[in-house]
Amino acid sequence: MGNKKIGLILLEIFAILLMALFFFPFLMVIINSAKPIQEITLSPLALPDNWGNLWKNVIEILTRRNIDYFRSFFNSIVITTSSLLAIGVFSAMAAWVLVRTKTRYSFWIFMLFLAGMVIPFQVVMLPLVRLLQLITNATGIPLKDTYWGVVLAYIGFGAPLSIFLFHGFIKSIPIDIEEAAIIDGCTKSQVFFRVVLPILKPIFVTLLVLNGMWIWNDYLLPILVIGLGGSTKTLPLAVANLAGFYDKQWGLILTSVLMAALPVLILFFFAQKHIIKGMTSGAIK
Amino acid sequence: MKEQNKFVKYLAGIPKYLLFSLISLIIVITLPAIFIVEKIGRLFNREFMTFEKYKSTNFILDFIIYQWLGPFEKAQNHRVFVYFLFPSLGAFLLFVVTPFIQGVYLSFTDWDGLNTGRESFVGLDNYKTIFTETRFLFSFWRTILYSVLNIIAINLVAFSLALLVTQNLKGKNVYRAGFFMPNLIGGLVLGYIWQFIYNKAITSLGGVFATSILLGGQSALFGLIIVVSWQYAGYIMMIYIAAIQNIPQDLVEAATIDGANALQRLKTITMPLVAQAFTVAMFLTLVTSFKQFDTLVSLTQGGPSLVLPQWFGSLFGIETLPVVQSTNLIAMNIYNTAFSNYELGIGQAKAIVFFVFLLLISLVQVYFNKKREVEL
Repeated sequence: MGNKKIGLILLEIFAILLMALFFFPFLMVIINSAKPIQEITLSPLALPDNWGNLWKNVIEILTRRNIDYFRSFFNSIVITTSSLLAIGVFSAMAAWVLVRTKTRYSFWIFMLFLAGMVIPFQVVMLPLVRLLQLITNATGIPLKDTYWGVVLAYIGFGAPLSIFLFHGFIKSIPIDIEEAAIIDGCTKSQVFFRVVLPILKPIFVTLLVLNGMWIWNDYLLPILVIGLGGSTKTLPLAVANLAGFYDKQWGLILTSVLMAALPVLILFFFAQKHIIKGMTSGAIK
Repeated sequence: MKEQNKFVKYLAGIPKYLLFSLISLIIVITLPAIFIVEKIGRLFNREFMTFEKYKSTNFILDFIIYQWLGPFEKAQNHRVFVYFLFPSLGAFLLFVVTPFIQGVYLSFTDWDGLNTGRESFVGLDNYKTIFTETRFLFSFWRTILYSVLNIIAINLVAFSLALLVTQNLKGKNVYRAGFFMPNLIGGLVLGYIWQFIYNKAITSLGGVFATSILLGGQSALFGLIIVVSWQYAGYIMMIYIAAIQNIPQDLVEAATIDGANALQRLKTITMPLVAQAFTVAMFLTLVTSFKQFDTLVSLTQGGPSLVLPQWFGSLFGIETLPVVQSTNLIAMNIYNTAFSNYELGIGQAKAIVFFVFLLLISLVQVYFNKKREVEL
């Protein structure tokens, strides 16, 4: 028995060391955000002489025009939340009617969505940009270079996986509940919004996490639709823009990296359980 | 009235199912408009478009009212089906299906960004070009090499981590969250962090570390693999943890009583029973490896340059070896072809080749892994 205990303690120490190794990059970001440029070149691994520099760099990032932190942050929030809500509600609606209507149309439409899951973004990106530009030119609806185009595209790209997950979940809900609601005088759409949607909450949370992580960190779609130099930016675009502009100014780049990563890390701190569960259960299904 | 009857009689000559499908199609397309008109109409007149007092006049109107617009259950179901499907299906058709179909066509044209709308059909020329373009073939080869190494590295690290944190450790939940954390940060941002670590932090140690790993034509790819494993292993670890926790404890106990040591238990119990998770993990790592883009943009930008290896050149009978980029993986190659060289038609053709290859290889992978899975 004693042997086993020593083994466990050794494993515990090993795990702690391993985690320290995993956190090394984060540590590098934090300590080097607080150094002026000469100090970074001289001793990137040492602790900073003066932590006050961190604050100076943060202020610098907040006021730089080419990162536009507050606006980029706000844009990222708007794009992510509106896409998440739209994907969630619209996909749930679609999945519900696809499950509850048993015709060959609903079967083939579902198959079409499933087929959409295997298409990598690279295959549709060039024609997509062309299409958005075409719509903007032809109708005057500004889809290119604005974030509404991005949100609409996310609804299309998020639909297949979301509908697939909702579809599986709705199939397990007994139809009796819905029939009872109809007898009580609900119309069909009331049945969905008052009865079915609340039941979908667990899978809804899973999808919020899964789609949220993807959309918040996405770089390729925003850079194609909005572009790097434009006035509207998301956080990843802003960081790329800054890093391209101040090549090798590592103090500033790392501070911007820190500030871009911080919101998600804070969120993770509070909603750890949901995030981990959401990301893994989404993948397994 | 007479006019209308004549018209209806004329339409009655058309086969019924054809006529009804056509009417349905028109209604489905116009339903969103009908919806708006109806809602606005209701504001002024409660009875607007309710059709409650409708009396049968002719078979076409009957069909429209009973099947689509009236206050009947069937019609209501039909309407809800269209309304509820419209936003997702509309966005999906417009932004995924249309570009996909158009993309297949565009890969056969000389689209260069300037002649948008006026591109001419060039047949298989683009495909001929890309299969003779050494840079693209090399990029394809590097992507395959990277994916294989990356899949092995990530799964090995992830599985070991999963084994570690499913032991009876005090802080196992903290470790799980800690290993998972790099995955929260986007690939682009991570690339900058690691570029700093490779180029500044590690090189400052001097000695063997003085040259950055990102500067070597061969080693840069390994630098990337380390970054992506660090980022992704925690996520895959979670999938393995879920599988390991599902293994019935009595199986493990029975084996222990029979005298199996930890290694034997791992080989005969754990490994076969997590095979399903392995299929999922392998599929996920395969797809993300092939699509690798964000991290590359900020970590290496495709570089450093490298003279095409002798063996690769001789494979295609090339005498003078060109300079190629060592981490220019396929997703980046497509992007650069389109937006740096303005050869959008060729870029699209590359994307199609990429898609077909990825589809085939993931199907094969899932097929073989499914065969190995054990049902409990």
